[in-house]
Amino acid sequence: MLKFLTILKVGLKAIVRNKLRSTLTALGIIIGVACVIAMIAVGGGAQAAVQQQISSLGTNFLMIFPGAATQSGARLFTGQSTITEDDVVAVRNESPSVAYVSPMARSSAQVVVGNLNWGTSIQGVGVDWPFIRSWNVDRGGFFGDSEVRSAAKVCVLGATVARSLFGDENPVSQTVRIKNFPFKVIGVLESKGGSTMGQDQDDTVVAPYSTVMKLLKRTTKIDMFMASAVSRDAVGEAQAEIEALLRQRHRLGPGQDADFQIRSQQEIAQTADQTSRQMSALLAAIASISLLVGGIGIMNIMLVSVTERTREIGIRMAIGAKGRDILTQFLIEALTLSVAGGALGVALGIATSRFLAWKQQWPIVLAPAAILLAFGFSAAIGIFFGFYPARKASRLDPIDALRYE
Amino acid sequence: MTDPAVIRIEDLVRVYTMGEVEVRALDGLSLSIHPGEFVAVMGPSGSGKSTFMNIVGCLDRPTAGHYFLDGTDVSGLDRDERAEIRNGKIGFVFQAFNLLSRTSAIENVELPLIYAATAHTAKGRADKARHCLEIVGLAGREDHMPSQLSGGQQQRVAIARALINQPKLILADEPTGNLDTRTSREVMAVFQELNERGKTVVLITHESDIAEYARRVVVFRDGKLVEDRQVESRRSAAAKA
Ligand SMILES: Nc1ncnc2c1ncn2[C@@H]1O[C@H](COP(=O)(O)OP(=O)(O)OP(=O)(O)O)[C@@H](O)[C@H]1O
Ligand SMILES: [Mg+2]
Repeated sequence: MLKFLTILKVGLKAIVRNKLRSTLTALGIIIGVACVIAMIAVGGGAQAAVQQQISSLGTNFLMIFPGAATQSGARLFTGQSTITEDDVVAVRNESPSVAYVSPMARSSAQVVVGNLNWGTSIQGVGVDWPFIRSWNVDRGGFFGDSEVRSAAKVCVLGATVARSLFGDENPVSQTVRIKNFPFKVIGVLESKGGSTMGQDQDDTVVAPYSTVMKLLKRTTKIDMFMASAVSRDAVGEAQAEIEALLRQRHRLGPGQDADFQIRSQQEIAQTADQTSRQMSALLAAIASISLLVGGIGIMNIMLVSVTERTREIGIRMAIGAKGRDILTQFLIEALTLSVAGGALGVALGIATSRFLAWKQQWPIVLAPAAILLAFGFSAAIGIFFGFYPARKASRLDPIDALRYE
Repeated sequence: MTDPAVIRIEDLVRVYTMGEVEVRALDGLSLSIHPGEFVAVMGPSGSGKSTFMNIVGCLDRPTAGHYFLDGTDVSGLDRDERAEIRNGKIGFVFQAFNLLSRTSAIENVELPLIYAATAHTAKGRADKARHCLEIVGLAGREDHMPSQLSGGQQQRVAIARALINQPKLILADEPTGNLDTRTSREVMAVFQELNERGKTVVLITHESDIAEYARRVVVFRDGKLVEDRQVESRRSAAAKA
């Protein structure tokens, strides 16, 4: 034990003696570990943000799309929409577990006010839509049944659109032009905040679906509809009821493929979660490569060091050092470099994550397990890449080593 | 039965093979050295002196023949066992000093203790090393780096290092080869003093006047012993210094 401590000291001295080289060697590991930690923090943050955003959508709604499902789960849409407004009315009236329904007709267009214009998505929705999305108006109001029935040219602006076109002015009661039709602004939605998936939820305009279909899309078919269950626990029942009702209305026999597809919020959440998880894993994998490169750096320097110090090794062996002692000495050097590098890397990684969180407003999650893992990995890399040079040193023949110039 | 000889070698053969070529560096060498002897090994270049010394110093193994150190056959020991013997029973001094650079004199002297079978504390090591430096006349130079010492002083540090584990046997391969006449004598004085204190000393030299400091001279040629004589008019290195 005492002998081990002394050899430990010998190894540490060699590191201190070559400060610059040791620092540069450790730098590879420092950067590698810092990268891994920052990447995991950013990835974890994105994941958490996606989760939070999805739950902000409301947790108990269903989306009913026309078209059959393919094996991969993607929707196969064959031109004509198979879902009608009558289907939506039927679901509302006949499914006891369904609380609200809203037909949807989506379009995108330039919204013009004076000489300002703003391209955004136009969502045609029904009167229940704010309840389904649990999204309230901030100023003004929402449209009602009469506006939907008459396909009135009214709209509710998302916060981003309102700010872009009107600045600090109150948009309510003003007129905007969408595809050259004048629309009266009757309200502004409360802000939902930015999205990590790259889309701003507030960058939208909401109008009666009948208006969007008739004026903007020139169609009589809705794109899809949304429904919310009476409670969170009733989502499954609601899904079953809608499915049964639509199969019956579409005259589908048992075993026949449905010409519509129901997706629950949970499924959407799962897909999004999986995507962001894969994203984090990819980031971490890329960062791990830099850690690996750092390990190879250690191996390279240790090999150079073993060659340079062949004479020293010969001297130590000549006076009685065993192969094991030399192995220990060089392994300690490699391990110290990687562990010190790992520790500094953890610090740098945390600092970088904090900096990104502060400067870029990125959400970050610093998981202690990930930090521990990165640190442990760096130590393992030290042993792994230090072992070959150390073993090479320990196998030198003392006479040859002493003769080495 | 007890073997009175410190070193007894019988029909020692060492063959170096380099590809097709075989060099018989030692060719059936037999020799005994007894406790308290001071032996100078001489012979022309390439006669096998260093080869002999490396085997006696347990740095190398013979191709054939036997080597009894203190009565035990050590010719078949493995790497680790030989390392233990080098550490505990033998002090080796090289022509090229072989000190660790950028390492103080005292730390160089302590070095064998790090690898010793019995553990020493840092303080225990320093005390022993200081004592050994005193023996070779280098008290007060403990913290000098090798680069701050003269050749003779460096060689005396190396001798102190060879003494630290109190071996009975001191081996030296041309210890004065890199030194001028005056410093050579200083170093030889140290060896003579150690011999007087009871250590068995075997050293290689090319110079016959250095050999005169020994008590016995053996001469090799082509890996064989060709002459073995006692020194009649032994010189004292300390007297003139
Ligand atoms: N590692 C080796 N590989 C091959 N041949 C060697 C090796 N070491 C020594 N020899 C050969 O063995 C013979 C004896 O060498 P050795 O070094 O023992 O001679 P020496 O008496 O010490 O000579 P010198 O006085 O020049 O030091 C020489 O012919 C030498 O070339
Ligand atoms: Mg020689």
